Amino acid sequence: MPLLEVNDVVVRFGGVTAVNQARFTADERRITGLIGPNGAGKTTCFNVITGLQRPTSGSVRFGGRDVTRTAVHRRARRGMARTFQRLEAFGSLTVRDNVRVALDIAGGFGGLMRSSSARVDEALDRVGISEYAAERADSIPTGTARLLELARCLVGDPKLLLLDEPSSGLDESETDAFGELLIALASEGKAILMVEHDMDLVMTVCDDIHVLDFGEIICSGSPAEVRADARVQAAYLGASDTDETQHDLAPLDATTTIPAVTS
Amino acid sequence: MSGFFAFVVLGVFTGAAYAIAASGLVLTYATTRVFNIAHGAFGMVLAFAFWDFSVRQGLPTWLSLVLVLGVVAPAIGWFIQRFVTRGLGDAPVSVSLVVTVGLLVGLIGVAQYLWPPEARILMPFRPETGYQVGSTYVTAHQLITIVCSVLVATLLYLLLNRTRVGTAMRASVDNPELLQLFGGRPDRVAQLAWAIGISLAALGGILLAPVVGLDYYALTLLVINAYAAAMLGRLKSLPLTFAGAMALGILESLAVGYLPTDGFIAGIRPVIPALFLFLLLVLLPQAQLRIGQVKGIVSAPVPSLLRAAISGVVLLLVVIVVTTGMSEANLLLVGTAATFAMVMLSLVLLTGYGGHVSLAQLTFAGVGALTYSKLAEPNLYGLVLTTLIAAGVGALVALPVLRLTGLYLALATLAFGVLMDKMIFQEEWAFGYNGTLPADRLSVLGVKIESTSGYVLVMVVFLVLMSLAVLALRRGVVGRLLVAMRDSPSACGTLGLDQRWFRVGLFALSAGLAGLAGALFAGLRGTIGAADFQFFNSLPLLLLAVVFGITSVTGACLGGVGLMLLPELQANNPELAGLFFVVLGFGAVALGRDPNGLANQLFRLGRWVRGQAEPWIRERIPVWAPNLADDEELEPVGLDLIGEPLPAPRAAGDLVAEEETSHATP
Repeated sequence: MPLLEVNDVVVRFGGVTAVNQARFTADERRITGLIGPNGAGKTTCFNVITGLQRPTSGSVRFGGRDVTRTAVHRRARRGMARTFQRLEAFGSLTVRDNVRVALDIAGGFGGLMRSSSARVDEALDRVGISEYAAERADSIPTGTARLLELARCLVGDPKLLLLDEPSSGLDESETDAFGELLIALASEGKAILMVEHDMDLVMTVCDDIHVLDFGEIICSGSPAEVRADARVQAAYLGASDTDETQHDLAPLDATTTIPAVTS
Repeated sequence: MSGFFAFVVLGVFTGAAYAIAASGLVLTYATTRVFNIAHGAFGMVLAFAFWDFSVRQGLPTWLSLVLVLGVVAPAIGWFIQRFVTRGLGDAPVSVSLVVTVGLLVGLIGVAQYLWPPEARILMPFRPETGYQVGSTYVTAHQLITIVCSVLVATLLYLLLNRTRVGTAMRASVDNPELLQLFGGRPDRVAQLAWAIGISLAALGGILLAPVVGLDYYALTLLVINAYAAAMLGRLKSLPLTFAGAMALGILESLAVGYLPTDGFIAGIRPVIPALFLFLLLVLLPQAQLRIGQVKGIVSAPVPSLLRAAISGVVLLLVVIVVTTGMSEANLLLVGTAATFAMVMLSLVLLTGYGGHVSLAQLTFAGVGALTYSKLAEPNLYGLVLTTLIAAGVGALVALPVLRLTGLYLALATLAFGVLMDKMIFQEEWAFGYNGTLPADRLSVLGVKIESTSGYVLVMVVFLVLMSLAVLALRRGVVGRLLVAMRDSPSACGTLGLDQRWFRVGLFALSAGLAGLAGALFAGLRGTIGAADFQFFNSLPLLLLAVVFGITSVTGACLGGVGLMLLPELQANNPELAGLFFVVLGFGAVALGRDPNGLANQLFRLGRWVRGQAEPWIRERIPVWAPNLADDEELEPVGLDLIGEPLPAPRAAGDLVAEEETSHATP
């Protein structure tokens, strides 16, 4: 049984169906990619999984238990951790204190007494942002802040990592290092579910990929299978053989979201 | 039976007026996410303006109405949206609340300044006309009000459902970003909503003024009825808001008719709206965590404990020097300043670090003072007991609304403040109706502190100790968590923090500190009454705390002095009394977006002076140089008050802006 099962989740905002009958899984030791154009419902899926958004219907199972109605913090305690597309770093605190807070929380009331700075430094080192440790989190570059959010997750040793566009803001070499980090984390036994726009990264590191469009999963499979799928090519990947053309997805987004809203 | 009918008619009349005001509140909140605490204050000012046009200047009633509702009110609404509240909907609730509380206080100041206190009467519409319905006499004014509310409901329905801009308004309730994507103009929509909202506030105020009287505070606080009505519609649904207003109006009217006129039950009548509001808040569903907030709000530096302790000793010495030979009256003022500083410290913890707003912090001080005055021989144990009781009351306020956040929690404190003001504090076993209670001076370790100067010093010692405690908390795990919760509740949640109990604990701690301050104040004054802790005064307290810096101990201390001076200045310059409120209110509006306040400017100045002075000193007194250099090296992050503890914060919104550009090319 997979660690995370998303079963037929539907989310409606007023007349807009953001997610429609989404069904996918994520499992230990695997990196699962969730891709699709902007507004396809990827972040909404993350919100449903972590409990920030209650689904209109459908269920989420984590570790064999139904967590659809479980509080946000309880799901985290069971081993879920996520990063955010729109950054949620604690801007008033230093980078080190951001991670320290995460460790305090993960340690429960026992952890309130004493938190080990060794583990904090280890997490910062692992994602490669030790040099920023003493800086305020609202003064570091976006890419670094994303890595900070990852470090904050890692320090609690979660079973499932949900990463929402983790590589945006990273340059090429940083992205490569980040891909290696993901593979290493998966090999240690973590399940990773990742929303990502960098297709090179997705195709390189992911074991499974699910493609969302208009809130529906239009294709699931290995990178090779997804790449070969006609619908995906038509909707999304077809025009993106090079980096430049990927950027053309932005105008496509605008035109594709509007009919979804009016319906 | 006819009596019953008469009360229902009266209830429908007040309900109709509430409905008009409340629908304006809902319109502005739903379209711009800014909860306008000052909604009633706008109604009040505009009712005064109507009086000015129709009575003082003698314009015809219809012309005055057209001028107020059609010109002045919409212009004010447009102006406020354009220059004050724009973009506030995305700011943390603590900021938007402070700004609108600033508007409230500022508007009261404006009214007092433009229309100084004197007897004014606003006659009801067509006072001589009325209709006999069965055995009940319905006045034309009542009928007009009811017709107005039906008209407002109909016009709002048509606007929202039958016009393009109305559709855009409804869309912006759900998702302003999507509206923009469609080519809609959220700013236009927001301006229109505010223009209509303020007009409705004005209409409500004008219709109620003949009944309530042209009173700055009564008309302003009538808005609590509107809050309560709007809450039934969860601040979104206009039909439910109308239903809530009617229910509340009739309930109030029936209470006047059928509740006993004395005893405990009688005290319920004036607090029905507050109870109604509190009850609805308790019944609200679990709040969802918001994501994508502006971050990095707290930027006041945190001094090392040694440094803070030295500052405390210096403060104590200064007070000793200043108070030597001081008159009794001035000593009382110093003690009062210390009290306010302590209450503001409790806000530093709650609002500055924690990001929650309490609109009734003085009420908690009142609970402390009440408990203290009941002590036979007040000593340190008694003080601890007092603190614990106030903390318990604070937890009791936060507990029923455990599941709520931000705005709703603040409104719960507001309902609590009104409840205590109009009911509990007035009870026989409490201060009594307009009564006072004697309070003994505190005994410390068996020594009773009789002299006022000695007592003031003891208060300052408490202030210093409390400051050190707050700073110690800030530096530790709890402080980190508080700031983290303030910056991103959703991140804390997804990291596994159960914020509900933490919040209750924070409220309790903050209320406890305020209670302790109130207790010490009771001992200082000797006699104490409900008037010392009026709910309304919690609002200037909050504002001054924000203006001087609600994120630092220094800000709280300066704010305490400021709040002590405010009534003094008003009493000495009665003709300018309103102006002080104007300055304070609009000062808070201007500074509200940066809760670090004036204190932070002082810290910056200090850093600058030090940066300028250091090379100069080194040049001339070489012996010092190594010391200073060592100092620099030894400074770990966050350990210094005026040194360079935390990197300078960036302007709010920077992160978001940068993030958005990075997403332009997905």
